Amino acid sequence: MSSAATVADQTNKAKRAWQFFLPLVVFFTLVWFLYQGLFLNPREVPSALIGKPAPQFSLPILHTPGDKFSPASMKGKVWLLNVWGSWCASCRYEHPLLNDLAKNQVVPIVGFNWKDDPIAAKGWLAKYGDPYRLSVSDIDGRVAIDWGVYGAPETFIIDKAGIVREKHTGPIDAKVMNEKLLPIIRDLQKVM
Amino acid sequence: MTIFFKTRLLTGAYRHFCSKMSASIRVCELFKMLVRYPPAFVAGLDSAKHILQKYLCAFIFVIAMPAFAQLTTPLQPLPSPELALRLKKLESELRCLVCQNQTLADSPAGLAGDLRREVRSLVASGKTDAEIKDFLRVRYGDFVLYNPPVDRKTWVLWFGPFVLLGGGAFIAFWVGRRRRFLALTTVAASPGDDAKTARAKALLDDETPK
Repeated sequence: MSSAATVADQTNKAKRAWQFFLPLVVFFTLVWFLYQGLFLNPREVPSALIGKPAPQFSLPILHTPGDKFSPASMKGKVWLLNVWGSWCASCRYEHPLLNDLAKNQVVPIVGFNWKDDPIAAKGWLAKYGDPYRLSVSDIDGRVAIDWGVYGAPETFIIDKAGIVREKHTGPIDAKVMNEKLLPIIRDLQKVM
Repeated sequence: MTIFFKTRLLTGAYRHFCSKMSASIRVCELFKMLVRYPPAFVAGLDSAKHILQKYLCAFIFVIAMPAFAQLTTPLQPLPSPELALRLKKLESELRCLVCQNQTLADSPAGLAGDLRREVRSLVASGKTDAEIKDFLRVRYGDFVLYNPPVDRKTWVLWFGPFVLLGGGAFIAFWVGRRRRFLALTTVAASPGDDAKTARAKALLDDETPK
């Protein structure tokens, strides 16, 4: 009789422990996921372009609208395409870093002036400095769709073969520049 | 409000505002003034002096509201109502990448306007829905589709809830069954009732046929 009672007692105890710990485990799993979620950036949409050839276009150059620029002319170089606009506040934030990059001649940067008024754009460059080898004007935003652009600033790294290797959405800060973009640029420049 | 009204700066601003108003009724100017001196507008409402002007200002502002709506590039008309219906359906199945919880159809963002224009011209040029979705997927990735495609990456997303529901139902069934089973069997073995158990046992023993 007493042995039957202890067996029942033990199963009850095990059951109670199980009932106590299971919700706790579920709770902490949930907390872990939510905590991870705090550090995710929902605006960072992975680019569908990475590893694919840079979409071709032929757009007028901002300062000499009679001339056109096409990405094909950058073949053999690692280069950046930086999407900007004079209406874009965070472009101003990353601009000094781009100016530095251009001054030190690390990598040629092509500006992609997105949905902007050319006069305002030129004024903006005169005011904040022009790190771009040249800027192209995509006034109606048609070409930007081919590049999957959805929010300025955006920066693409294109390798010597004309393949898009990396895309950064949002303003570049010193950390992104030094830890993400520059290492990729240097690696790509080493490739013959 | 009255404190605001007393300050010279604001009455000055209000006068400036009203002179601008009467000089030329340009809605854009009026809007700029409103943005620049909103307290002046409020203070102006308290003024008994310019009652007529203030109502006029407010009235003109209200009737001019549609002028603040953003003008977009005129869209090319679609040749048939079926196409227009298809376009409407497509736009509600595509995500605006700027305001990410809105569809292309609902979003006021500039990029959404560009994409709507693009989708419209693709529809007009006779592309199928699948081709149009692929066009955007190549550029913006799966994210542009409001319904994520069913593939290995999204199995958990699509079927996870059903698995959880099934699991929950199973646990509920199992717990219920166990409970019924325990209710039937544990009476004799319930702890702390040794005296009662002993009595029950004694009664049972008594009834055993001799």
